[in-house]
Amino acid sequence: MKTLRYLDNVVTLTLDASKCVGCAICTEVCPHGVLAMDHRKAQIVDRDGCMECGACAKNCPTEAITVTPGVGCASYIIQTWIKGKEKASCGGSGCC
Amino acid sequence: MNDLLNDLSKHTCGCTLGGAESQDHGPGLEMLPIYRPSIKDEPCCGPPAGPPSNPFERPGYTLCGFVEGFVHTPAGPVPKIKTRLERSDRLGTLSVRLGYGRSNYKVAPGLYAVGQPDHDSPVLVTANYKLSFDHLRASLTEVNAWLLILDTRGINVWCAAGKGSFGTDELVQRVKQTQLDRVVRHRRLILPQLGATGVAGGRVKKECGFEVVWGPIRASDLSAFLSSGLKADGAMRRITFSLTERLVLVPVEITLLRKYLWRTLAAIAVISGIGPSIFSFGAAWQRGLLAVEATLTGIFAGCVLVPALLPWVPGRSFAIKGMLAGGFAGGALAAGLWGTPLLTRWSALALVLLTMALSSFLAMNFTGSTPFTSPSGVEKEMRRYMPVQALAALAAALIWVTSAFIGV
Ligand code: SF4
Ligand code: SF4
Repeated sequence: MKTLRYLDNVVTLTLDASKCVGCAICTEVCPHGVLAMDHRKAQIVDRDGCMECGACAKNCPTEAITVTPGVGCASYIIQTWIKGKEKASCGGSGCC
Repeated sequence: MNDLLNDLSKHTCGCTLGGAESQDHGPGLEMLPIYRPSIKDEPCCGPPAGPPSNPFERPGYTLCGFVEGFVHTPAGPVPKIKTRLERSDRLGTLSVRLGYGRSNYKVAPGLYAVGQPDHDSPVLVTANYKLSFDHLRASLTEVNAWLLILDTRGINVWCAAGKGSFGTDELVQRVKQTQLDRVVRHRRLILPQLGATGVAGGRVKKECGFEVVWGPIRASDLSAFLSSGLKADGAMRRITFSLTERLVLVPVEITLLRKYLWRTLAAIAVISGIGPSIFSFGAAWQRGLLAVEATLTGIFAGCVLVPALLPWVPGRSFAIKGMLAGGFAGGALAAGLWGTPLLTRWSALALVLLTMALSSFLAMNFTGSTPFTSPSGVEKEMRRYMPVQALAALAAALIWVTSAFIGV
């Protein structure tokens, strides 16, 4: 998504190339083209395009990718501040 | 209105079936053919009779309007669904888009058939939100396939995957429960790419023997994906957030604010009534109306202008975008009302501030509905701008009350 960009330098995405086995699944599931293959290794090519959905990390067979996935929703985040991460819920509050 | 109710009831009890009588038996017991004496449809008294009962109906079950027959499989009868949406489906879509009945708009999870699938046909997986289900079947007019519907509690794929209900365990359980391995010979499931947030493909393979293939993001790309040998090109893998995709979210954003209506009106009336005569009901009404207009303008700016003009409103932060849109809309409102005796210079300033604070907060809330804002980013802008929004709202209230006393 080139026309819609969010904040720069905030995302928690990391990639440990030494663990990568080159299966390319992460490049397939990422909806923002954040990752690409280069010489049978995955690479982060558009870090600020990442929305921290966690699809890549969830499907990487070797846990080479880490990201703190979450719900990018203001009312959810307010709840995590008030009640803590465990009790916060999205239900009925407006996100999604 | 009666028509509409009729249509909605058909949607759940499904008396709209036709033409499938000779095709197949319904689920469960093989029932003997029914002998229908030829009686006149019109009774001698009371309202006209409804249509005759459908051969697929069974005591204790309701037949869904989107089912057009049943396909026999080694794992039992599987409902065959229509790929053409009917008026009742469209009405349902409209009402959930407007924010009504959203929390219970779902279909039963399990296996369904589209077209004339056999044991080599692809299996497509989706959520049991009826909107997702309708969207999928409407895009499969030329396709023979099995649909495996997961129980996501009536939530769409993207949100359900984020919450984990469109997840590995549910998928594995559903594959086993439906005995999918007896229905198809291959061992492949096609999942929407946006489900990858909740489903770990490798684990699915390990736990039920089916390989996960990531299909395109949009259902409209599915038939191209299927006919190209399960290859998705780059565009099919990229999420979009077009004007239409943004605008369909607007009604829900606004109807969700209903719950604050009375509290807001009460607060406005109280603050607007305060003045030199301690409290004036006349002022509460007249100045209150101005404040209500400013509130509505703030809602319009934050919930309509920002989503609609998202790529063009300056700023990366939604809070900033909202502030700008609110300032613009509030300024336009004040200019339009200029000359009204009640609208003094200071009270106009208060109204514009209120519009900006409100619009900024609502725009920030919209991040929850966008498919490109990272939670880390949202948290960052909330920490930075929520104090600003609160200060602006407080200042608006103080200036508003003060202007009633000083009269300028
Ligand atoms: S999914 Fe993991 S192992 Fe596979 S290419 Fe990506 S980083 Fe490498
Ligand atoms: S977290 Fe989501 S958006 Fe970010 S790189 Fe992974 S798949 Fe792409």
